[in-house]
Amino acid sequence: MDVVITILAAAVRSGTPILYATLGEIITEKSGILNLGLEGLMLMGALTGFSVSQLSGSPWLGIACAFIVGAGISLIHAFLSITLRANQVVSGLALTIFGTGASSFFGQRFVGTTIPGLGRVPVPGLSDIPILGRVLFNHDLLVYISYGLVAFLYWFLVSTRTGLNLRAVGDTPRAADAMGLSVSRYRYIAVLVGGGIVAVGGAYLSVAYTRMWTELMTAGRGWIAVALVIFAIWHPARAAMGAYLFGGVVAFQLRLQAAGTSIPVPLLMMLPYLLTIAVLVFITIRQGKGILFGAPGSLGQPYFREEG
Amino acid sequence: MSVRIRVERRLTQPVWIEAFIPLFSIVMALVTGSIFLAVLGAPPLQAYNAMFRASMGDWLGIRDTLVKAIPLMTAGVGVTLAFKMSVWNIGATGQIIIGALATTAAVRYVYVDNRFVMFWLMFLAAVLAGGGWAAMAGYLKARWNVNEIITTLMLNYIALQLLYYFVYGPWRDPASLGFPMTTPFPPAARLPFLGTGRIHLGLIIALVLGVIFWLVFRFTRWGYEIRVMGESPRTARFAGMDYVKNVVLVMFLSGAIAGIAGMGEVAGLTGRLQHGFTAEYGYTAIIVAWLARLHPLTVILVAFLIGALHVGGEVLQIVMRLPLASTQMLQGLILFFILGGEFFRRYRIRFHTGEKE
Repeated sequence: MDVVITILAAAVRSGTPILYATLGEIITEKSGILNLGLEGLMLMGALTGFSVSQLSGSPWLGIACAFIVGAGISLIHAFLSITLRANQVVSGLALTIFGTGASSFFGQRFVGTTIPGLGRVPVPGLSDIPILGRVLFNHDLLVYISYGLVAFLYWFLVSTRTGLNLRAVGDTPRAADAMGLSVSRYRYIAVLVGGGIVAVGGAYLSVAYTRMWTELMTAGRGWIAVALVIFAIWHPARAAMGAYLFGGVVAFQLRLQAAGTSIPVPLLMMLPYLLTIAVLVFITIRQGKGILFGAPGSLGQPYFREEG
Repeated sequence: MSVRIRVERRLTQPVWIEAFIPLFSIVMALVTGSIFLAVLGAPPLQAYNAMFRASMGDWLGIRDTLVKAIPLMTAGVGVTLAFKMSVWNIGATGQIIIGALATTAAVRYVYVDNRFVMFWLMFLAAVLAGGGWAAMAGYLKARWNVNEIITTLMLNYIALQLLYYFVYGPWRDPASLGFPMTTPFPPAARLPFLGTGRIHLGLIIALVLGVIFWLVFRFTRWGYEIRVMGESPRTARFAGMDYVKNVVLVMFLSGAIAGIAGMGEVAGLTGRLQHGFTAEYGYTAIIVAWLARLHPLTVILVAFLIGALHVGGEVLQIVMRLPLASTQMLQGLILFFILGGEFFRRYRIRFHTGEKE
């Protein structure tokens, strides 16, 4: 029993970076823009979070800076895909390639160093609940913030005027435009905020999870998040489910490794990726077309008014 | 009086813009890159000079560049094929690895001491394995419309773990003192070198593939159909073209070609499979294909230029102690500028002065 609780708690921790990335991408995609640069954004977020934490001594300043850098790099994608109407798939890939390269380029001097990072803050009262307390409420603050973000995002998309407008922009930009909404402005803000949140997911990895910086440390988590957005049918709560499922698989295989299993490590390391494919296939086959949640109608298509 | 800016679609594309945009993009990327180099305290002009001299300054440099360009050309042609159909095969990396694994398997399990026979055995293994690996993602897309970007990417990570499994496990050379690598391939399983350098037969294969697919897209009905399916799936459907069948076929061919690139790396260049065997080329091949605007012959040329960038990046690492990732960062920047430049190919900006008309 104790082992199960440990694994579940570890699942939450290792699922958190993926959760942030998935939530960030949901915001971005709800506006109709596809951002495939998650892997690059997470790496830049991880490096920024780590380096600023180390230099300033403040992990929270590191995380704030990761958000800013994530939003800043996403601006490139926003400009290319919204203003210049470029191919969003290729622009996102460019972002991943650039972010991967730039993080290794600037991160070289930080390789092999560590930081104290974010500490554990058990929630008074809640952490004493049997089982659930240890699984959910015995983590660092960034984990609790992610719970709040899930709830906030759900409320925002369903119940607020701005959330409704954002969905309109992503589904039928022409109609949103006719309603007097600025399609470009909504999209820019969504891409920037979304990118910032993705980068916070990266920062969680280096500032709270491993507390060190390693080249390519995201190991495909950004791409797993892209798949999870589809799994979640753009629904924040389902995103959390998916992220913890993946966190669970990672925690489980690490546990097996530590226990010295006879299964070769590389085969264990494949599990999350295999699971991603399996989940994606499963969800694509039986995807219901929800009205509220589901793929934004004009995801990936540039919008512009024909003038003159 | 007011000035209004209007964006208009270009009806015709001037010739100068075709050459200007790529060149401008590369220059702008280098200018931006110089800022990053300066941040790390490396004098940019000196760095670029070293890169250019090492990669294209003399025959030795050109030879190194060609060696680097071989997998980029090959995989670039493969990626181009899929992208033509708007099938986003991001999995060249994994397909290269699988091709190399299959080549090694052929050498280990069906070795024949005859250079000609062995070549075709390895070739067949690489083609079937690389193609089959990619066709899995193609089938999932064709059958259930599963997003191929994600499946091909996940297959990259899985292929990488498979590589680790074999070079750390059953295929590790007992005499390698713990290094994760196989025993060297016997001479009959090596691709012949051309001339004195490390340029191997893979170069000829890459050139032939480039020409073949240029001819296919230029002159055959099938090539035309692939292009129509890529540009306008609706039109293709109304014209009765079989999208489902062709997705699988195109993915197979695309992966098979990447597999051949993998064969070239192990049987041509290194002569053994090893941990350090890099398949990052798979991602670079995407850049190559896009810079070449999905033209198979241009791919060859662009692959050479990007190969030069790789050689230059290695020199920066050795001479100026800069991280090898500078190459990748510059590639990302080039791609950004190329994408931005596309806008000016398709649209023009006009400034109107005076009253509202």
